[in-house]
Amino acid sequence: MSADTVRTIFEQGRPGRRAFEAPPADVPERSIDELIPPRLRRREPARLPEVSEPELVRHYVRLSRRNFDLDSGFYPLGSCTMKHNPRLHERVAALPGHSRLHPLTDHSRAQGALTVMWNLERALAEIAGLPHVSLQPSAGSHGELAGVLLTRAYHADRGEQRRKVLTPDTAHGTNPATVTMAGYEVVKVGTDERGGVDLDDLRAKADSDVACLMLTNPNTLGLFDPNIAQIAAIVHNVGGVLYYDGANLNAVMGISRPGDMGFDIVHFNLHKSFTQPHGGGGPGSGPIAVSDAIEPYLPRPVLTRHGGSEGNGSAVEFELDYDRPKSIGRLRGFQGNYGCFVRSYAYICSLGAAGLRDVSETAVLNANYLLARLRALGVTELLPPAYERICMHEFVLSGAPMKQQLGIRTLDLAKRMLDFGYHPPTVYFPLLVEEALLIEPTETETRETLDEFAAAVAAILTEAREDPEIARGAPYDTPVRRLDEAAAAKNPVLRQAL
Amino acid sequence: MTRYTAVTDSDREAMLEAIGVASIDELFAEIPPELRLTRPLDIPAGLGEAEVYEHLRSLAARNTSAEEVISFLGAGMYDGYIPAVIDMLLGRSEFLTPYTPYQPEISQGGLQVMFEYQTAICELTGMDVSNASVYEGPSAVASAGYLAKLTNGRPRFLVSRGLHPHARETLRTYSVGFGTSVEEIALRGGVTDAEAWEKALGEDVGAVFLAQPNFLGAVEDIEPLAAAAREHGALVVVSADPLSLGILEPPGSQGVDVCVGEGQTLGNRLDFGGPSFGFFAAREEHLRRMPGRIAGETRDVDGRRGFVLTLQTREQHIRREKATSNICTAQALNALAGVVYLSWLGRRGLPELAELLARRAAYAREALGAIEGVTPLHEQPITREFAVSLGLGDAAGVQRVIARCAGDRIEPGYALGRDYPEYPDGLLVAVSERRSREDIDHLADVLGRAVAAERTANATGGMQA
Repeated sequence: MSADTVRTIFEQGRPGRRAFEAPPADVPERSIDELIPPRLRRREPARLPEVSEPELVRHYVRLSRRNFDLDSGFYPLGSCTMKHNPRLHERVAALPGHSRLHPLTDHSRAQGALTVMWNLERALAEIAGLPHVSLQPSAGSHGELAGVLLTRAYHADRGEQRRKVLTPDTAHGTNPATVTMAGYEVVKVGTDERGGVDLDDLRAKADSDVACLMLTNPNTLGLFDPNIAQIAAIVHNVGGVLYYDGANLNAVMGISRPGDMGFDIVHFNLHKSFTQPHGGGGPGSGPIAVSDAIEPYLPRPVLTRHGGSEGNGSAVEFELDYDRPKSIGRLRGFQGNYGCFVRSYAYICSLGAAGLRDVSETAVLNANYLLARLRALGVTELLPPAYERICMHEFVLSGAPMKQQLGIRTLDLAKRMLDFGYHPPTVYFPLLVEEALLIEPTETETRETLDEFAAAVAAILTEAREDPEIARGAPYDTPVRRLDEAAAAKNPVLRQAL
Repeated sequence: MTRYTAVTDSDREAMLEAIGVASIDELFAEIPPELRLTRPLDIPAGLGEAEVYEHLRSLAARNTSAEEVISFLGAGMYDGYIPAVIDMLLGRSEFLTPYTPYQPEISQGGLQVMFEYQTAICELTGMDVSNASVYEGPSAVASAGYLAKLTNGRPRFLVSRGLHPHARETLRTYSVGFGTSVEEIALRGGVTDAEAWEKALGEDVGAVFLAQPNFLGAVEDIEPLAAAAREHGALVVVSADPLSLGILEPPGSQGVDVCVGEGQTLGNRLDFGGPSFGFFAAREEHLRRMPGRIAGETRDVDGRRGFVLTLQTREQHIRREKATSNICTAQALNALAGVVYLSWLGRRGLPELAELLARRAAYAREALGAIEGVTPLHEQPITREFAVSLGLGDAAGVQRVIARCAGDRIEPGYALGRDYPEYPDGLLVAVSERRSREDIDHLADVLGRAVAAERTANATGGMQA
């Protein structure tokens, strides 16, 4: 990665330079004053950069070289499913029939797009084991908001005003944040000694004021909760709804379905399990699948299919249905992140049923193998698994013994990994594991990569045993070294001064 | 093994042995047998890369995109020209494939892009601070509503009917969770009715929402509307079209608290509605209640300039139920397109483009106004889009006119009837820099014939009835 001196695009260029040339002024040249009164117009132009195209290209290509990326190295960021992004998906998404299609094009001229959406909906419904899908939400957290608002609408339609939503203490931060945004009170449920939901605590807290339980299964500890049927029964018995956070779906595709586990609402992260590229922090896409009971409240519009199946020779036609009186309404503009739908649909077409199952089997195999390698190399003596169980697609280690015995923290270990050419795992999450390290290798990594990574972790620990200062001062070989985050928050500089 | 996985039979054997289990099935032993799927998923078998390409190509061919017709559709997303440098940069692995920059030492590229993006958005909107993007336009409006709820907790929102219908609906959806009611203020003469606005204001109004220009394309006089709202202590939220801000007074100097908007028009594809990005900028006093990622400048241990995600104590992964938003993944790649686009346009190019659009829109409004029966819905100043009445009396007639135009490979615009029953035969027409004078003349010709044909058909139908 490049260690160039840093100048922003605003600190480059010269007055008068430009990359853009306006198309010819072919309509009558009228005074702007005549069209828009001066008092409504801006007096000074926005101080945007003035650069030529070569300067523009060089600047951003150089910036790109100051990023680590999945295409160049192992990225075992737990809970994020950093799997390979096939380039085929970029190619098909860029076809003008998809990429230059206006979202308000009449359905009769967008049947190809609506077919993509329909087929994706059907595939996701099958994977979830729930019959109805809305592709609208823009990301996982948006899907969560949809889910909790659906829960609210479901209860309201029964004349009930429930106030609480249960979330385990292992939950992603988006769960409790969503609950508050949707106007509910968060009630935390504890974790038992095996890493699952504490059933006694759940029974104690599940009452008729509970609207919903939000759960990830496998959970954020990378463990499948085998009590899920009992959990579902406890929540359903008090009239609550069961919400499945699909962040960890990559472990169970084609193996076990949230709908069969008892969940009523599921969200998917197309940028995780279905390989929409993460883009440096989006775009994502967070479709939801729901049961019959929840279906009337789905966001508008709902995609519908007509014709074809009656055997009367009529052609299949897809439409968007806005006439949904019980709908919670829209969560965003238009139909959702269609570009992501194209990519994820292409992925499902490539893999098929058997391939999807292979994905999950391999993801779980890779995670358990990596854990076994770390064990074999003695790493787990200093970084023991938080729970001694077979893991699913990811696992959590605790750096507490390492901190005590070697005097380096999980953060130091992570920073030293940067010098070894790896993106570190997720650190300090889940919160209930001290000095946590959440490792998700994904199915697209080779056994050799896993072996090399395990060896690198072992080497860092060996090195730290001799000289912990090395890890404490890491990284060294990166474009910048440790940054002063406290200063950044204390005196925020959030834009280039001009 | 698929083409995206690499575990051979011998790998699998060795790996299972290392784990200490006999089979893959054993790895799933924690899943109770009754919860395991005992049949294959009902999804077609996998295909090779070439076959998948062909399938998606054939589906693309069943869409009528702006590549094949002359399109005047806008209504929030626009068929602008996207410079080739954007395709190249967004396709680079280093921007396309990493995630949120949790490890700043190896994410300086992405973080600096966010910092530059925030700078560009602040310049464009005239606001003090910007985050690094939210999902898209309408949900950005709703997120501003949450900021207002956290700020003053008042029970009412006032919304101009000039705000995008999708944004109004999204705000309503979110507001059920906030426990806030949403009241709409009608338009008068194409812009927000100032009298009704003042009358509806009160000490219980938490925030007011306006669009600039509004959905009918009209430039709003924001300043007096904002001043009235602020007098009552309400937060002022403006959803602005970023290209129009190349020519219009920035909301930051009009007494606006939060300026949000849809970023698609800044170098992002139509993509049938997404992904694009939403921008979210505010006055400094709202900084600690803003949603989403924010990049800040700092130094490393060697004193080198660098960037980090900052003010994270606002965010869900730290604050959990007390977070200022639940947003995690946003639209970093699309925001990159936005800042590259603004840099490509540059300081001089942006106003040039905005002026070109204003002139073409004015030309088109006059050209369509000359069609018999067609009249502008309002006479307000416009920047890139305008609304006309087709003089047909009902929404069904507009649909038939649009269908007739489609036969001549013209998309004349968006029918307003569904969202605005008060304008049943309204048509919203957008220009872009890709629509030449010749295209506009062609539109006037085709639309004129389609409207005339519809009137004739109506008259004939009327006689038959």
